[in-house]
Amino acid sequence: MEQLFQSLAGNPIVVSVLLALPPLIFILLYALVTVYLEMKIAAHMQDRVAYMRTGWHGVLQPVADMLKLIQKEDIIPSSGDKILFILAPYLIFMGTYAGFAAIPFSPAYVGSNVNLGVFYIVAATSIVVVGLLMSGWASNNKWSLLGSMRSAAQLVSYELPTILAILVAVMLTGSLNLQEVIQAQAGGFWNWTVFGGGSVSVVQKIFLLPFTITSFLILFTASLAEVNRTPFDLPEAESELVQGYNTEYSGMKFAIFYLSEYANMFLVSAVATCLFLGGWQSPFGEALNGPFWGVFWLVLKGMGFVVLQIWIRWTLPRLRVDQLMYTSWKVLTPMLFVCIFAVGFILVL
Amino acid sequence: MTALREYFRSIFHALYTVVVGLRTTYRHLFSPAVTIQYPDVRLKLPERARNRLYVNIDDCIGCDQCSMACPVDCITIDTIKSTPDVDLGTTSTGNKKRLYVPTFDIDIAKCCYCGLCVYPCPTECIVMTDVYEFAEFDRQNLIYNYSSMTSGDTAIAREKARKADEEAAAKKAAAAAAKPPAAPAAPKPPSPQTGAPSA
Amino acid sequence: MIESKVLPTDYVTKPADLVTSTGRSLRTDEMIINMGPQHPSTHGVLRLEIVVDGEIVVDVIPHIGYLHRCFEKHAEHMTNYQQVIPYADRMDYVASMNNDWGYALAVERLLKIQVPPRVEYIRVIMAELQRIASHLIALGTFGIDMGAFTPFLWCFRDRERILDLFEMTCGARLLYNYIWVGGVSHDLPAKFVERAKDFCAYFKPKIKEFNDLLTYNEIFIKRTANVGVLPRDIGINYACSGPMLRGSGIDWDLRRDDPYGVYNDVEWEVQIGRGEMGTVGDVWDRFIVKVREMEQSVRIIEQALAKIPDGNVQAAIPKRIRPDAGEIYVRTESPRGELGFYIISDGTTSPYRVKARSPAFANLSVIHEIARGCMIADLVAIVGSTDIVLGEVDR
Repeated sequence: MEQLFQSLAGNPIVVSVLLALPPLIFILLYALVTVYLEMKIAAHMQDRVAYMRTGWHGVLQPVADMLKLIQKEDIIPSSGDKILFILAPYLIFMGTYAGFAAIPFSPAYVGSNVNLGVFYIVAATSIVVVGLLMSGWASNNKWSLLGSMRSAAQLVSYELPTILAILVAVMLTGSLNLQEVIQAQAGGFWNWTVFGGGSVSVVQKIFLLPFTITSFLILFTASLAEVNRTPFDLPEAESELVQGYNTEYSGMKFAIFYLSEYANMFLVSAVATCLFLGGWQSPFGEALNGPFWGVFWLVLKGMGFVVLQIWIRWTLPRLRVDQLMYTSWKVLTPMLFVCIFAVGFILVL
Repeated sequence: MTALREYFRSIFHALYTVVVGLRTTYRHLFSPAVTIQYPDVRLKLPERARNRLYVNIDDCIGCDQCSMACPVDCITIDTIKSTPDVDLGTTSTGNKKRLYVPTFDIDIAKCCYCGLCVYPCPTECIVMTDVYEFAEFDRQNLIYNYSSMTSGDTAIAREKARKADEEAAAKKAAAAAAKPPAAPAAPKPPSPQTGAPSA
Repeated sequence: MIESKVLPTDYVTKPADLVTSTGRSLRTDEMIINMGPQHPSTHGVLRLEIVVDGEIVVDVIPHIGYLHRCFEKHAEHMTNYQQVIPYADRMDYVASMNNDWGYALAVERLLKIQVPPRVEYIRVIMAELQRIASHLIALGTFGIDMGAFTPFLWCFRDRERILDLFEMTCGARLLYNYIWVGGVSHDLPAKFVERAKDFCAYFKPKIKEFNDLLTYNEIFIKRTANVGVLPRDIGINYACSGPMLRGSGIDWDLRRDDPYGVYNDVEWEVQIGRGEMGTVGDVWDRFIVKVREMEQSVRIIEQALAKIPDGNVQAAIPKRIRPDAGEIYVRTESPRGELGFYIISDGTTSPYRVKARSPAFANLSVIHEIARGCMIADLVAIVGSTDIVLGEVDR
């Protein structure tokens, strides 16, 4: 793909811009779909029907919402820190968007095929923490400050289980480059990392199974915390902190927060998919595999997890701060250590 | 050891209850919704529904009982006595009407829909209907004037009532003057009641 | 018997307790936050001035009065006793039937009249339906406080059915003006008994579903057990009542202990907190007491529907209610606790003085005792579990 653009445009800057465009377009379209999905799923779980007025079953409602947010007055607290306040939402979105660069959407397309792909994503999304702290501080609102403090603590402590779970997948596939990680899982769903990976024997697979599945579940749980979704939605806990760090935001800036939250949901799902569920690999071996099918499979798997996140959100209550930390440090991390040792042991044998 | 058991029990229980919760919400995903699309679909209100007040002014005898019963004083009634030569007719319940009702205002913005005005009405002319959509842009429009009398009618009725009152007062004064012969000769000043009725 | 004043909150280490190696305290400045009057989880216009040390609540000062509507003064200025009832409706606006009954009962005792047996049964049915409706709101909004949104709408879905029953009976959905001095305004409509039975049958499985989703969820239990423990002595000293007091394990229910209506003719049990998930008197206990009271209310309604006699729905009372000069205090068990009406009559057609003893006010006043040392998230849980209605607190 890079060569294609190179031959078409010639200028490396134009090529970079062109390469960066697909994820942005994808994020925008995906956010519209997911907002609609979330509202509909939530409503039906609660015996309601949600939007019914804008278009057939309200399909145009996310568009209307977006237009409304663009039109709204942009309020900046007079006693807040204006520069940080304006900068924060864009920084957060930047962190998320940067993460998309290393996601291989298909065998033919990956924004930047870096060797340390997974590592890069984890590092890039950490910028989000800075943005959250900035927004909370700049709002000059005590609730926002509490919310941003919570989210910083939460993101930092959940980084650990995330990385450890990623480590399990990396141990099994032997690469940090996501494209290579996915290629290592070729040949049908039984070769996915969650079932032991493609390079191990059947006996090893049977022994690996409990540990890989546990790591995968923990990665999913930790990713819920990374994107501030229920039961880990403390930073924006509505009933406690009004709206958390984005209490004071309105209009377009709020829309950016919203967008990056949804984009983040897909990003963590895509990372989990690439590492454990074969990324763009078709579940049926070589059948239905290819550059275009790849996009289909990745988006399908990613959206599956997004829907699961929505489902969990409208089912569970929220944890308390200390319980959140307890879950991370005393439950998920020790279990992952066990998984890592066990996987390493089985691989050596 | 018990702490360890409690640790694992807690993790297991958390996973189990999360799955139970997910199953519960999943079942609802496909059950029919209970909400209705309001302006398109409207529920039929029961017979006893208490919403906007309606006054059938043709049946009103101006007894003022609804106004007395109202806890928020949202009903304003003014009446004028009729003279014997006028027949105001009877209500549908057969009561004879003896009073003109030039003012029967309900400030529906104040109304608390308790329905206390409905029960004492002897002619059942004030009722609560099932109309519940009566929002207005101007608050003045929420004061409902139910009286059917024009200002001209009211003026004529008032004038007649005043005259009748004056006549009655004059008769009374004459009777009073005729009866007690020992009464002081000084002419009685016109009593304040014989002046114009409340404007 | 729990003696300790405030349970040690062992899950938090206060920065004030920490000392650096050089002996310097890590104590930081406290921050004062206004929680409310416009805050999503203060259940109305309550303002809590909270002093926090990071996330830990050091002190709570409730400020009330944002919804004061002079109920008592209004009551003195009415032209008759009947006119107070629409105002009583508006005190605790999620449990209007119980307010009406409390006031009507006080005036009836002042008049020394007995109401016909059918009225007593209708009143019990209505009050218990209202109790379910009120508890549904309390439990649903508490779910929101805990971050679970779905149970809230399920609760409102079921409450809607109760409101439909009320609407077909008296025409209003929220402020009924149904229970009058000496009786009720309308007899039950034709299909009421049948539909109320349908509701009871419909509602029982819904309680189980609600429990599956929220009550026995491990996260929910972890959030509520051992939090906001109200010891017995403090509960009694602050005159708490209702589910708040019963959650602390005190077997006290005015429907049984100071009987009115026909509660003695039906079988039911007073529910108390037993500390199943933690300490007696914690937030979970208060929650489960409300859930079980709903089950008991269904039991009461089913029996009352089966037993309801025919007859008149208005006692013979004079058109102008004019009690002898005197005073009376009558207390009833509203969904929130002891709802008392103290009425002084000077022999005229309107009360000389009406004082309402609102349970939510007493229940609210205890929070600064039980919320100290907890976290902000726990404070939300505690306020939610006291089940206050600001219309009643401020009157």
